[in-house]
Amino acid sequence: MISYAFRRVLSAIPIVFLTITVCFFILRLAPGGPFDGERALPANVLKNLRAHYNLDQPILTQFFIYVGGVLRGDFGPSMVMEDFTVSRLLSIGLPFTLMLGFTAFIVGTLAGLVAGALAAVNQNRWPDYLLVFVVLIPLIIPNFLMANLAQLIFGVYLGWLPVGGYRPGSYINLVMPIIILAMPHGARVARLVRGSMIEVLGTNYIRTARSKGLGAALILTRHAIKPALLPVVSYLGPGLSYLLTGSLVVEQIFALPGIGKYFITAALNRDYGLVLGTTILYVFIILALNLIVDVLYAWLDPKVRLN
Amino acid sequence: MKQVLSVQDMSVTFALHNSEVHAVREMNFTLGEGETLAVVGESGSGKSQAFLAIMGLLARNGRTGGRAMMGDVNLIGMAPDQLDRYRGKDIAMIFQDPMTSLNPSLKVKTQLSEVLVKHRGFDRDKATKSAVEMLERVGIPEPVKRANAYPHQLSGGMRQRVMIAMALLCQPKILIADEPTTALDVTVQAQMLDLFKTLTDDFGTSLVLITHDLGVVAGVADRMMVMYGGRAVEKGGVDDLFYDPRHPYTLGLLHSTPHIAKRAARLDPIQGLPPSLEHLPKGCSFNPRCAFAFDRCLVERPPLGDAGDGREKACFYEGPMAYGQVA
Amino acid sequence: MAGITGKDTVLTAYAVALEQEAPKGRSLTQDALRRLFANKAAVVSIFLLAAVILIAIFGPYFLPWSYDKIDWTSIRKPPDFAKGHFLGTDQNGRDMAARILQGTQMSLTVAGVATVVSVVIGIAYGAIAGYFGGRIDAAMMRFVDIMYALPYILFVIILVVIFGRSPVLLFVGIGCLEWLTMARIVRGQTLSIKEREFIEAARAGGAKPFTIIFRHIVPNLTGPVVIYATLTVPEIILTESFLSYLGLGVQEPQTSLGTLISFGAPVAEALPWMLFGPALFLVLMLVCFSYIGDGLRDALDPKDR
Repeated sequence: MISYAFRRVLSAIPIVFLTITVCFFILRLAPGGPFDGERALPANVLKNLRAHYNLDQPILTQFFIYVGGVLRGDFGPSMVMEDFTVSRLLSIGLPFTLMLGFTAFIVGTLAGLVAGALAAVNQNRWPDYLLVFVVLIPLIIPNFLMANLAQLIFGVYLGWLPVGGYRPGSYINLVMPIIILAMPHGARVARLVRGSMIEVLGTNYIRTARSKGLGAALILTRHAIKPALLPVVSYLGPGLSYLLTGSLVVEQIFALPGIGKYFITAALNRDYGLVLGTTILYVFIILALNLIVDVLYAWLDPKVRLN
Repeated sequence: MKQVLSVQDMSVTFALHNSEVHAVREMNFTLGEGETLAVVGESGSGKSQAFLAIMGLLARNGRTGGRAMMGDVNLIGMAPDQLDRYRGKDIAMIFQDPMTSLNPSLKVKTQLSEVLVKHRGFDRDKATKSAVEMLERVGIPEPVKRANAYPHQLSGGMRQRVMIAMALLCQPKILIADEPTTALDVTVQAQMLDLFKTLTDDFGTSLVLITHDLGVVAGVADRMMVMYGGRAVEKGGVDDLFYDPRHPYTLGLLHSTPHIAKRAARLDPIQGLPPSLEHLPKGCSFNPRCAFAFDRCLVERPPLGDAGDGREKACFYEGPMAYGQVA
Repeated sequence: MAGITGKDTVLTAYAVALEQEAPKGRSLTQDALRRLFANKAAVVSIFLLAAVILIAIFGPYFLPWSYDKIDWTSIRKPPDFAKGHFLGTDQNGRDMAARILQGTQMSLTVAGVATVVSVVIGIAYGAIAGYFGGRIDAAMMRFVDIMYALPYILFVIILVVIFGRSPVLLFVGIGCLEWLTMARIVRGQTLSIKEREFIEAARAGGAKPFTIIFRHIVPNLTGPVVIYATLTVPEIILTESFLSYLGLGVQEPQTSLGTLISFGAPVAEALPWMLFGPALFLVLMLVCFSYIGDGLRDALDPKDR
């Protein structure tokens, strides 16, 4: 299994490299970019950029300098905020976004697992119908709409929760954002678990387990869960991508200090350095997490592991 | 002989959207201690459903009626958690397809030892040790290695042996084997049947062998019950039925089994197809395919009645039947 | 966000089925469509959706106000039938009903164009991959697999950043990133047809295998394309709404449902009609698409339930 993990890491490296390369060339050559002369950038910013990107060197050298910088975590100076480098900005927001995303991921996945399992075990009875219906809501209504509605209902009309903002330690402010972020993910997980569990419960080997008199609880926890989780684990990779896009909007609407806010502001301001730097970071995180997920899948499915 | 299982008037019905299907009707039989009963029939005869019903393993839309007495306990109608006290411990079942009947994500030793842990209160190590001993007993070489393997690493024959070991670990009084050799190679089949015979003799287990293959019955079973269209149509000792069948369907089965119909110049399969359980023929279910049918057979259904010498048959025809007389 | 219809799984399974069915591809699709029309919820949704589309296209002709005309006498007013503002007005005095219809038109247009773009790219990519087979195919499909795992919203935003806010580029950009599943389907079909056609072509002698393949793939594609479009359009509507909401999508004076919602949300407490009007239209369309999508999924894979 170690060798499997190792091979997966190896195959991810080219993707990261490709991303960095593409980002570099976009940065350097795209219209409206910093080196285009198309826009009048503040003098200081231009100065920083010139210095950082060593514009008098041949382009290939520039490329390697850029890559070297990225690998050390240096994405260059921001194109809009004079005194900040991209990495400085990212490091302010990254821990928060990771915390938010991670918590929402855990909450959503667990809630989805429990709900899906309960629905599967009660197939075609009322808990199942209720779940199937409830789960549709976060999947149809876009998250930005849900966020706004939640703010209206729970923040303004009912006054139960704060409408937004965050100071370190004010965890109550995180309740709504985390739930809104977790809901679509949890809904998809619930659907997957339900379908997968129903299928597993109908297999021959579960019938064998029943014939051994093991009892419903033991069958569910020892025999049914592992096979049922396989499709769910496969989904977690793309699921993380969805969580990421969701966090962009949630951070914006609830005014939270994560990378998402910077990213969007950067996009609106056409701050290439920040946009691309954030992209590289996101891609890296997602690849890393996908890797972990793949390894988890291998552990769950002996057929993959032993090959 | 002491009875370990007595089934009385059992029926199995499945509810479909617009109708009901009676998979098993008016089934009565007894199983003695240490004896091997073969239950024979084509697919759709209800032979598997009857025993799945006894084990409480029917699909959601199935209903069971009647009684299945194991000792003083009626297994039919019992709640699943009650049944769990007996399943795997006093009565066990082996299924047809060894490739899909074992959990692919659990090691063999886990699937074996858990019955001992659950029903006998063994601790994990003791249970594993006993499991390995049983694996050896069912003829699996390098049992320790196999025990630590996953099912997909074993061949079909070995997986079936694991199933047998799993079923016998708690030394149940009754073992039901549903087409245990159908999915295996012919060479392996013979070994498997041998194994059944040895083990059931050793443990004193009563065996129900469900099969459509008469070749499997000879040499292993003491008595047999032939099923057709959800009902038992003939019952008796294996030798009696083989040499002197009293029901035309039994005759037909014998005649269409290769190594039994040695004398026939060619194989004669029974004409026609098994009936659809939703649209059974009027009168005797077998009459469309029967060479001996006469008017009464088309109108009235023959009840399962005494045919002398501990035999029963469900047929109105009383005349002689011999090979070559099948239509 | 994307994924309300589980499009990827459904279409990929369909692609695999088509690959194995080859000549009968058409009947597999017809079969599915027949099953779809038997699904009541889906049929109702189709009618409802058609109604919404018709209203969006022709409605503005029946409204007294156009979407950018300012009514100085009715700024920030709730619905007022007397003045012809059926859904109220916004802070600039513009008629909400007209704006909502315009927004719906815009969302649908974006979705339509992007779908067309993605279909074209998907067909081209998939046909090439299937035609050449071997390592080219493997490499191309590997690329598709990688793209699947990455969050495409990032790339959309990058495209928007580079090319500015031109709506044309918005359509094209989104389309450029949505073609993946279409490519898989076309590749599957190409692969299975390739086997047969090369043999026949060799025997017949003459016409180039490529033309033959092309001539055989395209007619068989109408079914999959329709199904693909039905499942893709809602995703694109969502993506576009999302972008517009963030301010990266459609620009003034044009509007889209996403933009309307982004304007309506902050003032929803005082001017609820500004949020609920566009939200209702958006959700209604998405619900219809969802039922249609579910119907398609059931139709393509009956054993699902």
